[in-house]
Amino acid sequence: MPNMSPKKVQIPEQDPQIRRKNFDEVALGYTLEQAMEEATRCLQCKTKPCVDGCPVNVPIPEFIKAVEDGNIDEAYSIITKENALPAICGRVCPQESQCEGRCVRAKKGESVGIGRLERFVADYIMSKGNIEPKNIEKNGIKVAVVGAGPAGLTCAGELAKKGYEVTVFEALHELGGVLLYGIPEFRLPKSLVAKEVQSIIDMGVEINKNVIVGRSITVDELFEEGYKAIFVGSGAGLPKFMNLEGENLNGVYSANEFLTRVNLMKAYDFPNNPTPVKTGKRVAVVGGGNVAMDAARTAVRLGAEEVYIVYRRGEEELPARLEEIHHAKEEGVIFKLLNNPTKIIGDEKGWVTGMECVQMELGEPDDSGRRRPRVKENSEFILPVETVVIAIGQSPNPLIRQTTPGLSVESWGGIIVQEETMETSKEYVYAGGDAVTGAATVILAMGAGKTAAEAIHKKVLELQG
Amino acid sequence: MYKIVDKKQLNEAVELMVIKAPYVARKCEPGQFIILRADNNSERIPLTIADYNREEETVTIIYQVVGYSTKVLYEKQVGDSVVDFVGPLGKPTELKKHKKVLGIGGGVGAAPLYPQIRKLHEMGVEVDVILGGRSDEYIILEEEFKAVTKNLYFATNDGSKGKEGFVTDILNELIANGEEYDEVIAIGPLVMMKAVVGITKPLNIQTAVSLNPVMIDGTGMCGGCRVTVGNEIKFACVDGPDFDGLLVDFDECLRRQNMYKEEEHSCRIGLEGGQNNA
Ligand SMILES: Cc1cc2nc3c(=O)[nH]c(=O)nc-3n(C[C@H](O)[C@H](O)[C@H](O)COP(=O)(O)OP(=O)(O)OC[C@H]3O[C@@H](n4cnc5c(N)ncnc54)[C@H](O)[C@@H]3O)c2cc1C
Ligand SMILES: Cc1cc2nc3c(=O)[nH]c(=O)nc-3n(C[C@H](O)[C@H](O)[C@H](O)COP(=O)(O)OP(=O)(O)OC[C@H]3O[C@@H](n4cnc5c(N)ncnc54)[C@H](O)[C@@H]3O)c2cc1C
Ligand code: SF4
Ligand code: SF4
Ligand code: FES
Repeated sequence: MPNMSPKKVQIPEQDPQIRRKNFDEVALGYTLEQAMEEATRCLQCKTKPCVDGCPVNVPIPEFIKAVEDGNIDEAYSIITKENALPAICGRVCPQESQCEGRCVRAKKGESVGIGRLERFVADYIMSKGNIEPKNIEKNGIKVAVVGAGPAGLTCAGELAKKGYEVTVFEALHELGGVLLYGIPEFRLPKSLVAKEVQSIIDMGVEINKNVIVGRSITVDELFEEGYKAIFVGSGAGLPKFMNLEGENLNGVYSANEFLTRVNLMKAYDFPNNPTPVKTGKRVAVVGGGNVAMDAARTAVRLGAEEVYIVYRRGEEELPARLEEIHHAKEEGVIFKLLNNPTKIIGDEKGWVTGMECVQMELGEPDDSGRRRPRVKENSEFILPVETVVIAIGQSPNPLIRQTTPGLSVESWGGIIVQEETMETSKEYVYAGGDAVTGAATVILAMGAGKTAAEAIHKKVLELQG
Repeated sequence: MYKIVDKKQLNEAVELMVIKAPYVARKCEPGQFIILRADNNSERIPLTIADYNREEETVTIIYQVVGYSTKVLYEKQVGDSVVDFVGPLGKPTELKKHKKVLGIGGGVGAAPLYPQIRKLHEMGVEVDVILGGRSDEYIILEEEFKAVTKNLYFATNDGSKGKEGFVTDILNELIANGEEYDEVIAIGPLVMMKAVVGITKPLNIQTAVSLNPVMIDGTGMCGGCRVTVGNEIKFACVDGPDFDGLLVDFDECLRRQNMYKEEEHSCRIGLEGGQNNA
């Protein structure tokens, strides 16, 4: 008999007043008993609407059944057939618009906690120790992957499983892309990213850090070195600014810089780690997506007393995951919705003292169906702050397109691919993830990496006849 | 890991290191830089490529000990390694086949200047160079410059070598004496480059400068290195580090460079001064 409780089994969380002061993970995760209980809420629908909502088609009812039976090893092997990074996806997927959004239970009450269960399974298996690397026979065919974010890592893992000699080239000194330098520790512990990355390395993937494709070596030179195909998963790392007056004042950061200092360079542990970060008493974060929520909640933890989210549309339009908005509010982040910055103000020494904003009101819906914000007359006001973090989006870094002749890109910089194969305009060069779509999601990036791996495999087989 | 194959103390505060780094050595050009992390808990620090050897796959850097991370690097010995060494970063300098060029190097700025001057010399350009420093001891690469310049001038704060004063005093003299240069390349502390441009801009002498804002990734990802050049925002790590000096907003650069002054106060590491200049 399924459990007809309208609510998910609650997930234990750190108290907001305590977690405001630390970088430890907010959600603590289910126990085995809690997970097995939540699993009983799944109706095992024959039509599996939830699976249609998952970009990588995780066999959701099947793995949940295994959890219900207490067979977590089995659940893990079901999930990892389709998803190489379950501990990560369980934590960061926007489930409400994907798998859980389609769950039939969501029609009356809350959906099944698919993300939480996925995360539980991965954590449970990882806590038992190392996952046995499988012995894979190599086929001797070399493939290069550019970028060790979720797109690149997934592509590398899939190809390694098929026996390819895969080398990943990563610009930074750590692996994981945005998972590492963008998403904060309190939402996605770095040790966990490292473990999931290790499980991919254990499949025999070679890693080459500190190599910037386009500078250290070009795509064409990779072909000369014998790589038969190349997957570009270089992400969308280029931060957008607003071209506001005062944007270069001391105390204005891009979200990328603010988060990179804290996550990658561990500025929260300054001076034990030598990279500093500046957070004033009052911080304004401009934007309403996951990146903005992460920056705001990071500022809270660094000791800021007042942290604002300044967003030009309304609550409904906030693009961040629901859970992040909820957590941010619990932690005391102040939402200045329907407000837009017009200018950043500084003192004579060049430090930020405030941000001038105008109020907005919502007009007619635009092409995307969202109501278009417009400026309310005579509504200017100054928000006194010492730090401004701009979190209005990122676009693809131009380096690869500038150094790879024959690669077609959109006017805004996204690499153009054929959707079914992820092949670019340059033969044997594939691309996926944020480098193609612009800033999107972890799971879409992984889906793209997987599709490309299949296509590369097919193409190489054809080549060999 | 990137092995330190050689090192040489150039003066009290400046050291040269030769590091094995195949990817960088194979492709680098004058004007480009690298970012290194000395060990696992170090900052990422940008340093200009002072020289390279494609066969040996080595890269030479010359750095001044100014703060925590350069101190950690300084403590490494030949045979030790640095954990990360990435590059080449930035755009190579566009060296034009002018008739006559003046190079100005302040302090450790002589290091990034040298490969450019050498290349100009190889291209058949006539080059004069002014080197500046606190005292005789702080003048580096004298022999190397001598081999590739027509006239080599010196300025020291205490007059222990060449003229007593600043590199700009010599620049003024040269101009007063009717010397004509197609381009000036100035590399050194921001205040020096600003002062040089203060002289060359009114005379409309083309002036290239090399900016060194605080950087993290060096790939265009963080925007921390942004500078205003001709009213446009540029990322020094990918659009530079060389820029048209006549268009650079030096005051903004100076301000931004001091963003972490408090945190990096020299008392943290027991160094005096802690200034990144000559
Ligand atoms: C702060 C923040 C929070 C987010 N929160 C969420 C969330 O909650 N849920 C969600 O689903 N998504 C979230 N996202 C979006 C998600 O992280 C991205 O969509 C995803 O990481 C894209 O993966 P990718 O592999 O395409 O690129 P990236 O993760 O950007 O990885 C690209 C990698 O390539 C490397 N690289 C770039 N250029 C080169 C080169 N020339 N040579 C070698 N290496 C190179 C980069 O250093 C990087 O490691 C968030 C993003 C940010 C910034
Ligand atoms: C493109 C570029 C090329 C450079 N080339 C050379 C070189 O050839 N030789 C040399 O001696 N120095 C060079 N520098 C400067 C060098 O990177 C800094 O001196 C070094 O990072 C200081 O680190 P620290 O921890 O020892 O000092 P800190 O105590 O951290 O800082 C001392 C001062 O150095 C500057 N600084 C600190 N961190 C950075 C950073 N990440 N990026 C840039 N500047 C910083 C700040 O102005 C600071 O006030 C270059 C800088 C850039 C951006
Ligand atoms: S991968 Fe993401 S979308 Fe798919 S089932 Fe897991 S949490 Fe849901
Ligand atoms: S839609 Fe919901 S209830 Fe149905 S199988 Fe999927 S998770 Fe279970
Ligand atoms: S150093 Fe980060 S963008 Fe230049």
